[in-house]
Parts: sequence; C-alpha cells; structure tokens
Amino acid sequence: MLLTDSSESSIKSFLRNLSPVDQVGADSRAAMLATRSIKTSSKLWAIDTAISMIDLTTLEGADTPGKVAALCTKAVRPDPSDSSVPHVGAVCVYNDMVKIARDHLDKNGGNEIPVAAVSTAFPSGRASLDVKKRDTEDAIASGATEIDMVIDRGAFLSGNLEKVFTEIVCIKEICGERAHLKVILETGELVTYDNVRKASFLAMAAGADFIKTSTGKVSPAATAPVVLVMLEAVRDYFVMTGKRIGVKPAGGIRTTKDAIKQLVLVNETAGPDWLDPKLFRIGASALLNDLLMQRMKMKSGQYSGRNYVTLD
Amino acid sequence: MKFEYAPAPESTAIVDIQSEYNLFIDDKFVPSKGGKRFETINPSNEKVLSRVTQATAADVDKAVKAASEAYRKTWSKLSGAQRGKYLFRIARILQERAREFAVLESMDNGKPIRETRDTDIPLAAAHFFYHAGWADKLDYAGLGKNPKPHGVVGQIIPWNFPMLMLAWKVAPALATGNTVVLKPAETTPLTALLFAEVCQQADLPKGVVNILTGDGSTGAAIVNHPGINKIAFTGSTEVGKIIAKSVASSKKALTLELGGKGANIIFEDAPIDETVEGVINGIFFNQGHVCCAGSRLLVQENIKDELLEKLKRRMSLIRVGDPLDKNTDLGAINSQAQLMKIRELAESGDAEGAQRWSPQCQLPEKGFWFPPTFFTGVSQAHRIAREEIFGPVLSVITFRTPSEAIEKANNTPFGLSAGIWTDKGSRILWSAQQLKAGVIWANTFNKFDPASPFGGYKESGWGREGGRHGLSAYLKGDFS
Repeated sequence: MLLTDSSESSIKSFLRNLSPVDQVGADSRAAMLATRSIKTSSKLWAIDTAISMIDLTTLEGADTPGKVAALCTKAVRPDPSDSSVPHVGAVCVYNDMVKIARDHLDKNGGNEIPVAAVSTAFPSGRASLDVKKRDTEDAIASGATEIDMVIDRGAFLSGNLEKVFTEIVCIKEICGERAHLKVILETGELVTYDNVRKASFLAMAAGADFIKTSTGKVSPAATAPVVLVMLEAVRDYFVMTGKRIGVKPAGGIRTTKDAIKQLVLVNETAGPDWLDPKLFRIGASALLNDLLMQRMKMKSGQYSGRNYVTLD
Repeated sequence: MKFEYAPAPESTAIVDIQSEYNLFIDDKFVPSKGGKRFETINPSNEKVLSRVTQATAADVDKAVKAASEAYRKTWSKLSGAQRGKYLFRIARILQERAREFAVLESMDNGKPIRETRDTDIPLAAAHFFYHAGWADKLDYAGLGKNPKPHGVVGQIIPWNFPMLMLAWKVAPALATGNTVVLKPAETTPLTALLFAEVCQQADLPKGVVNILTGDGSTGAAIVNHPGINKIAFTGSTEVGKIIAKSVASSKKALTLELGGKGANIIFEDAPIDETVEGVINGIFFNQGHVCCAGSRLLVQENIKDELLEKLKRRMSLIRVGDPLDKNTDLGAINSQAQLMKIRELAESGDAEGAQRWSPQCQLPEKGFWFPPTFFTGVSQAHRIAREEIFGPVLSVITFRTPSEAIEKANNTPFGLSAGIWTDKGSRILWSAQQLKAGVIWANTFNKFDPASPFGGYKESGWGREGGRHGLSAYLKGDFS
C-alpha cells in the first residue's frame, strides 16, 4: 500500500502498515553476512566496484579550495601510477566548494564525475524550510548534480511526520531533473531499526532517489544492520512500485574489509541489480586509500607502504 | 551474477586422519577382540576418510570394566574442584584445537565449515566450560544435599552434531562424577576419536572416558550391559523405543532425546524479514538434520503469499556445495541411507498432492545432496506433515486464528521444539503456555546455550540435557 495523499494521517497509517523489524534478528543476519569470505578474483572485482561507488568526501570547517582541488584530482585518478583504477562515484563537498570542485573536475578529465553538495542546513537540519530551499537552490546553481539533504530528525522523533515528508517533497521539487536527491536519515539519531525502516519508506514515498544513512557527524553511522534494514526497504519498495531507490551508507567505513562487507550486504539483500554506482554509493574519505593499498597488494603480491598512496 | 564469490576452501592440512582407528579403552587405543573394520566416508564426495573398528560385545565388556574401575578407584575419589580442573582443561584444548575439530567434523559429516566453525565446536567447548563450573557446586544445584552420581553411564550419540552431542553427554557426566562409555554414530566417528586424543592430552585419569565405534549392535551391547547404571541416548524415536524396552526390566536410569516435528508459527504481525531468516535457520541449518528443526511452517493464511515470496527469494540465495568452502550455507546429506529416506518422504509429498518448490541450484555430482525444498498445500494428514524427514524439506501449513495454530502445532506425536513469531509480547507468552514442546523460541530459532535445558515431550524423549535440569539426569538424590 502506498500513500494516498500527503496528510499526516495518511503518512502515519502508511508507516504503521510496515512490517516491524526485530533487532536481534537483524543484527544476527548482518553478522552472518559479515562472515562471507571474499577472495582472489572476487576480491579484486569488489575493490574496483567499491572504488567506483565512493562519494569522495570532505566536509570540514577547514576545507579550502586547495584541499578540494586535491580531492578532485584524486577522484579522477585515484592511483596516479595505475590508470586501470576506475574513478570514484562522486565528490561530496559543502555548498561553497561546489563550484571549485566542478571547475577542477572539468579541467582535469573528471567531467563525468558528479559533484554532490550537502544541503538543508547540514548536518543538523535545524533551519527554516525557506533557508533549506535556498540552500539547495544555491548548490544546484553552483553546479551540484547531487543533493545530500538531511531530514528533520526532531520532527520525526516528535511524530511530526508531515513536516519531514513535506520538506523532502519541497527539496525534490527544487532538484527536479537537475539533481539527484539523496535523503540522509541520520540513523544514529533515529536509533531503532523500526525508525530506520519507517524513515526509509517515508523518504522514498516523498521522492528520494537515494536513502543515505548518516551525515558522518554522528556515531554510530553506517552499521551493517542499519544498512541491511535500508537495503530491505529499497528491495520491498521496488516490489511495491517497480522503482529502484539507491542506498548510500556513509560514516565509519574505513577499510577494504568494511567496504566488501557492504557489497555482500547489497548482493544478498537488495540483489545484484544494486551493485551499480547508480544505486549504491559509499560516503567515505579514508576508505579510498585502503582500497588502493589492497588493490596494489592483489596485483603485485606484496604490501606497499602508506607512502605509495597519495595523502590528499 | 555480477558478484561471484570465488572458492574459499578451508585447508584440510590441519587435520591428520589415520588410515585406521582402534578403540579407545582405559586411556589407550586398543584393537578390537574380533571386531571388523568399516569405512567412514566424506558424504560430500564419497571418498573414504578412514577405517574404524566395529566394537564387539567383548569390547563393550572391556570398556565397561575399565569405566567401572576408574569410577571406583579414581573418579569418585576426586573432589568436585579436581574434576572441574579436568573439564576446564578439556574445554581449553577444544578451543585451542577448534579449527582442527571444525574441519574434521565438516569432512566426516558433510556440514558446512561455517557451521562447525561458528556453532558446533564453540558450543561444544562452552558445554565443557559450563559444566566445569558446576563440578564443585553440585550441593547447591537445588538437587538435594550431596547428590550422588550413577556410576558408569553408557552414551549413544547421533550423526547430526557428532562433537556437540558428545559434549552434551560427556561434560555433565564427568562434572557429576560419572564415568563414560560412549559410542559415536556409525557414519561420524572421527571427531569422537579425536576427542579421545584430547582426553589423553588433558591427562584425564585412565578409564574415565572410553570411546567405542560401531553400529547398532555395539549400541545394543552397551544398552544391555549389566555393568552400566545409566543410559543416555540421542537419536531416532524408533531406536529410543527399543532402548526403553530393553532397560525397562533393569534399574538403569534412562534419558532419551528423540525426534521432532517442530512447528514454526508465524503470526500476521511478525517482523517479516527476520522471520524469513528464522524459517531458513529453522529448517536449513545443518541440512535440516536437526531433531528440533522447524520442519512445519504454520503461517497465518492472510500473510502466506507475502511470506512465501520472500522465502523463495531468500532460498534462492542459499549456497549449496562444498562443505569446506567458507561461503557454503547448505552442505551434503550425511549418508546415502538418509538421502533415500528424504527422497522417499518428499516423493510421498508429491504423491499425496502437495506442491514442491526448490530454487534453481546446481548440486555436485558426487556425494549425497538434496536441494532446499518446501511443500505448499500440505494438510495435517500428509506424511510430510507428520513424519520427521530430517532433511532440508519444509512443510507449509496455514492457520486462521491463534487457537487453530496451537491446535495444529500440538497435533503431533512429537513435542520437542516450537517457534513463535509475532511482535506482540502477550501473544508470545500465551502461545508458549499452550504449546506442548520442550523448547520454545520466540522471534528466533535454533539457538542453544549450555545453561538452557533441552528436551522433549511425548515421543520426543525423556529428561533434559543442559542447565540445572540436565545435571539431575546424571545424579541420584532426593529430587529424583
């Protein structure tokens, strides 16, 4: 059953009809999938796939044009010594860095790499809808083709679901055909898996192209069970509507092992159709270098030091 | 598939399987008095692993004498704390040699390495740790003052969890001060023989644990031996009944852990994705070779279609194949005989009009294999709803109301396990009170812990294993 209209009662009854999530069961399913042993050729495939899914991110108060430019260079050619390494999925920055990132990518052979901007008073979401709209408009005007918006967790937790829903609808309207919309649930603040499932459906019904776990500013972030619950949500939503929504875990995924576990979760939950940067992204910064080091090890047979990957 | 998992086989280099094995009596591996040898094979490829000894009645006699002498001269003279010391030692050795046991168990039984590594062997060690703790506290177990052991116990264990069932039997027997003559199943003797080495390594006094390999005739000789004071058996209801008759005219104490036809009851408000996992775990864990398997799926009719769609999708992901591959979910059927039995019962399902469904899956050519399967359109009268299949075959039955679910769940000669899936706490409590089953899981399935008693109602057995209740089976006192 989908939403009949966007009234509070309609949203509530829609979410109430969702199946509950048993925490113990979800945790144990995620733990079981973490035991998958991915070796040799499948590991190499997973590493390249993970690289192509990274939203290479810098979201610091200390970000400068120089830092963002370095990040963009890395995004286009993650390993300067090996051109067979794919470019990353996107570059993710704050609004004021969007134009800098876009220009740098365009000048350096990265014109097919999208720039994602965090929007709607990221990371807290504590601003008026008007400000959030202008924030989004500004990001798109600067060249962002992906918008990572945050939901109003306060509204969600207080039961004001219509507000959460309406905000997503408004931002989606602004994005239109110009930008992909990723909706950040900040699962570390929603806490329960029931909330994660509800917020996932709420975001999808409101028009999200992607649902994203976290801002990266709150811990815990993209834990395996949370990603599992979100992957189940997009899978079920596809069965209901025929529409595939993407998933983006972000925060806390730092090692190749972590990334491969995420891909296993995707493979055995939403299914192989989601193993595509169009439907799965990993928000990360440090992860890329670990993937590159593992990739070198796979190719050469030996581990190289940290100075053989670039620190940007 | 985009994401193929490359083979990830666990190495077998860690196990050292001898070409032949003798019997373990009085702390030594000794040849049989006149017994022949028989082969034990790897059911996933039919390769012979080793040749073990068929223990004769004379061997049983020798083992019982050794156990009896050990009981009189050493084991009953030790304090609880001293017995506990040996149990702790065994538990630690099991942990240290866990990988070796896990690989060997997988090879001899056919079950996936993921399960032996993550379930069988860690739980076996946990049983020794748990009972080691009880050894010097038996006066405080609520079983009366100074409860006494039986003496020599004869233990006969099945092939589905060879090492784990050994632990369930040996650990409480030793903790309570009994000595043991144990017979592992005919098709899975190797981990018990490796356990004999562990007893030596732990310096366990001689004769406290004796291990005799053999078939049903060896088991019968143990059951009927006058020097044995208690029998503990896990296996089929059919053999359990024979044993009960055999010991009926003796003073032997008896515990039986027999078959089951567990109902996994799914109410409409169940957390559906975790329920599907629980259904999978309930029937496909250990190839369905589980006495407490959730082999009857009782699903509320109004969510049947949704649940079955999800179940089909999930079953398509089950990875069937080489048990030593770390990504295998469903391994080999333990023996040709068991495979024939599963096939025969599945065919009866077809013949009686139930509809069979299995995902597309490539079964290896060599070895004994059966795909994960469920039947819909099953009624209570069908053989596949009443008889224990002991394989990866699920019978799906619907119900309309909670009381109908309970009625159908209890409508079986067995009473070992049941599962309840609902988001309502009150319904869990109400259902658990109505269900006639020894073990009831709520929103989970096939979870085991040494502290939790396990056992059945009706034809599923007598007595409990594990926990404080399990101790009482190995003790005599005011409580009994």
